[in-house]
Amino acid sequence: MVKYIVKRVLFGVITAFVVASLTFFIMNLVPGGPFLAEKAVTPQAQAAMEAKYGLDKPLFVQYLTYMGDLLHGDMGMSLKKRGFTVNDIIRNKFPVSARLGGLAVLVAVFFGVPLGSVAAYHRGKIVDNIIIVFSTAGIAIPSFLSSTLLMYVLSVKLKLLPSLGLDDPVSYIMPVAALALYPTSYIARLMRSSMLDVIGQDYMRTARAKGVSTFKAIFKHALRNAILPVVTYLGPLLASLMTGSFIIEKIFTIPGLGHEFVSAIPSRDYPLIMGTTIFLACFIILMNVIVDIAYAFIDPRIKLK
Amino acid sequence: MDTKKNPLSMQLNVDDFVPATADEKESLVIMRESVGFWKDGFRRFRKNRIAMTAFVVVVVIIILAFIVPVFYPYAYEEQMKGSERLGPMEYSEKEIERMEAGESVFPHFLGTDQNGRDYTIRVLVGARVSMTVGIIASVLILIIGSVYGAVAGYFGGKTDMIMMRIVDVLYTIPDVLIIILLAQVLKFPLQNLSKVPGFGWITALGPNMVSMFLVFALLYWVGMARIVRGQIMVLKQNEYVTAAKALGATNGRIIKKHLITNCIGTLIVTTTLQIPSSIFTESFLSFLGLGVQAPMPSLGSLASNALNGLQTYPEKLFAPAFMIFVIILSFNLLGDGLRDAFDPKMKR
Amino acid sequence: MEGYLVDIQHEKLSFFTPAGEVKALNDVSIRMKEGEVLGIVGESGSGKSVTAYSLMGLTADNGKILGGEVNFNGHRMDLMTEKEIRRIRGKEISIIFQDPMTSLNPVYTIGNQIEEAVMVHGDKTRAQAKERAKELLTLVGINEPDKRLRQYPHELSGGMRQRVMIAIALACEPKLLIADEPTTALDVTIQAQILELMNDLKNKLKMGIILITHDLGVVASMCDNIAVMYAGEIVEYGTTDDIFYNPQHEYTKGLLKSIPKFQEKEYSKLVPIEGQPVDLLNPPGGCPFAPRCDSCMKICLERKPGSTEFETVAQDSQNRFINGKHYSRCWLQEKKKFELNEGKEVVR
Repeated sequence: MVKYIVKRVLFGVITAFVVASLTFFIMNLVPGGPFLAEKAVTPQAQAAMEAKYGLDKPLFVQYLTYMGDLLHGDMGMSLKKRGFTVNDIIRNKFPVSARLGGLAVLVAVFFGVPLGSVAAYHRGKIVDNIIIVFSTAGIAIPSFLSSTLLMYVLSVKLKLLPSLGLDDPVSYIMPVAALALYPTSYIARLMRSSMLDVIGQDYMRTARAKGVSTFKAIFKHALRNAILPVVTYLGPLLASLMTGSFIIEKIFTIPGLGHEFVSAIPSRDYPLIMGTTIFLACFIILMNVIVDIAYAFIDPRIKLK
Repeated sequence: MDTKKNPLSMQLNVDDFVPATADEKESLVIMRESVGFWKDGFRRFRKNRIAMTAFVVVVVIIILAFIVPVFYPYAYEEQMKGSERLGPMEYSEKEIERMEAGESVFPHFLGTDQNGRDYTIRVLVGARVSMTVGIIASVLILIIGSVYGAVAGYFGGKTDMIMMRIVDVLYTIPDVLIIILLAQVLKFPLQNLSKVPGFGWITALGPNMVSMFLVFALLYWVGMARIVRGQIMVLKQNEYVTAAKALGATNGRIIKKHLITNCIGTLIVTTTLQIPSSIFTESFLSFLGLGVQAPMPSLGSLASNALNGLQTYPEKLFAPAFMIFVIILSFNLLGDGLRDAFDPKMKR
Repeated sequence: MEGYLVDIQHEKLSFFTPAGEVKALNDVSIRMKEGEVLGIVGESGSGKSVTAYSLMGLTADNGKILGGEVNFNGHRMDLMTEKEIRRIRGKEISIIFQDPMTSLNPVYTIGNQIEEAVMVHGDKTRAQAKERAKELLTLVGINEPDKRLRQYPHELSGGMRQRVMIAIALACEPKLLIADEPTTALDVTIQAQILELMNDLKNKLKMGIILITHDLGVVASMCDNIAVMYAGEIVEYGTTDDIFYNPQHEYTKGLLKSIPKFQEKEYSKLVPIEGQPVDLLNPPGGCPFAPRCDSCMKICLERKPGSTEFETVAQDSQNRFINGKHYSRCWLQEKKKFELNEGKEVVR
């Protein structure tokens, strides 16, 4: 177990390193630079700025410097948000996105798993059809549509909820709902098909033959087996939702990491792009390791090695 | 004796005990006709009402998006002075004058946009663009993903390990980053290339679109590769693969003939389900302003442009939004139906 | 019915599938006393498992009992609700399945699954259930029960798992154990061990057993009575001796010819039964075995034969319980009767 985790973390570090290097070179090979857009700057001032941030040095030297600093946990200063280190920005923005995304994942699991199970149990009946229709519709609505429609109806027309920011708990409702719609529907569909698979298994017949109640058969015997595909899906889901959705954060003007990252790209805030990319990569890797461990706990047949 | 009312009290006679001939025995055996994989699948697919409806809807949308615009009286980039920002079924003053003069004017079912372009045709062309992107991207993903996955799964061991680590890396790089950067990298080379005869289509699509395809080809195939690899890993354990190997078949032949053929059902289904997912991604990128080049519309860019005027012209958002919804929904239902019909596990 | 543990009368059962109504059981009647061992023999699809499952209320959702009575231990099983049946299942009647590899839940320990069976009926505490589980494991011949209780199914061999399944079935000391092809999925050496164990337990616990199998060798060693099923009908029923030494139905004779006999001195060729089982979607009007029967007569193709009773050859001196009935459904017997009464009218 420990050996497995060490191995995975080691692979993770290598992956993160490769991602960091790739990002660094791709980013710098693209024509343009961080200080070109500002028209007021004279060539001299631009050169001075580049010198200040070490951008005048050969690319390879820059790369070595960056990697050296990275080893000490220093991801440099933002080029655009003067006075902020990249570490600061991540530290400030990530919790906002993580809270929102984490809530959305909780909502998705909380609704998706029971909905899928109920649909599978009532296969072919009206309940099943209703759940199928709604879950299939749920994965057909892009988040920018669901969120604008939510906002249009709930805050613009009905004036029930605040449309912007995250100042009080009520304002979490819409962004979380918009974020959770797709994963809830997806989990419900996933859960339904894996539950159908499990219900047809021989050990479910054994449980029935023992005289176990339907409720217990579903929740003790079937659920633990059927939830495995959902657990696999949770890894990438957690990673993508908790690191912030640009769309949702833009529409609801939420100061999160997703928005920060996407706006850093066109403005060529190199250290910020690098920092967030590395952070995102590490987070994805971490989530996948956690999911693998959870998987082994749920299914004793899986041996971590 | 009334044989019909009570067959059990029928009288027996000697003839009844004459041995039956083979033909007589044969005539009794009513065997169900045996049906092949495809025929059986299509039979089940036709019985699935939801999937058939979805199939019809997809066909209707394809006609709307690809054929109707050819005959439509307005063009998607045609700007009509004085007809800006019309509501649904409204006419501009000029058009009213023309109508009073006895001319017939084709109505703007969904009104016009801020540049005086007919919105109906823009939504239809937008659907065409989105579907084209979705289908081309899915085919790219299918080809790259299945070949990569098949090779990794078939050879296994170190090859598989290295190939899958590459997948991990690609999976971990944020796609938005690559798309934005690629769009910038490719801008000038593509503009130069578009002047070369035969590459004029690049201007029409715009560098964003081309880089989008490149990104699909570079990044999004990893999911497909993982699925195919998993399938191949299972399939290659089968005896017929060992048999083919024993007969001296080359690796390429085994992959092509035995393994890919056997997971073709999965491939078709995954690709059908990939189409809505690609359309989804396209609309998302267009929303970010990374999609098609104006004036060409896509459903995503239409929706994103409509956001600013949401309060005054909600129908400008609802029309493309509804179109996206219907396209993705029907492709998903179609894919589900295909899976139910062709997945042997579902066979009853 | 008094005196009988199992009393099935004229049971008709159909499965309603998309392809149509599958008539799985067609007028099946079985009687069985307490402590008796009944073998049900037949090829796959003959309805042997369906009969036993309907006795436990385990019929698949699309199956319906359309007629007749199913009595077990004084309960009308065909009229009870799922909830009422649940109280009987596992307590008065238990079952072990064909494939021990898939019949145990992979994510729970052996202990957990045996204890569950103990605790579902009655009011034992966890600790008492654990004691009982240990007892049961010892009973079915598993050593180191403490260690085994903590293991997961995938850590045990096939034979071991079937023993665990038997332990689960015996948890509440049922009056009837249904063994649905308990040895089919096991290695030959393990098969013998499991049969021996079942024989032991039968004598120790004095419970009735219904042994479902397609292996005549298995029934010969264990059963008091044998029912031979074909296409949802019991074509012949009798004591083990009747069936083996005085078979009356052509199908039974065919079955006996198709098993190898080691004691025979000269080499005799195994005779397979030619042809395919009937399609239960459109069963023939006459005797279901007619198309494959070598002695098929004209009448066989048209009408179903009635039941003929024979003298039983089993001797009471064998000192075991014998129902003492032997009957068969075949037109050949009717023909004999007809010939005896030659010239006179035979009305039945």
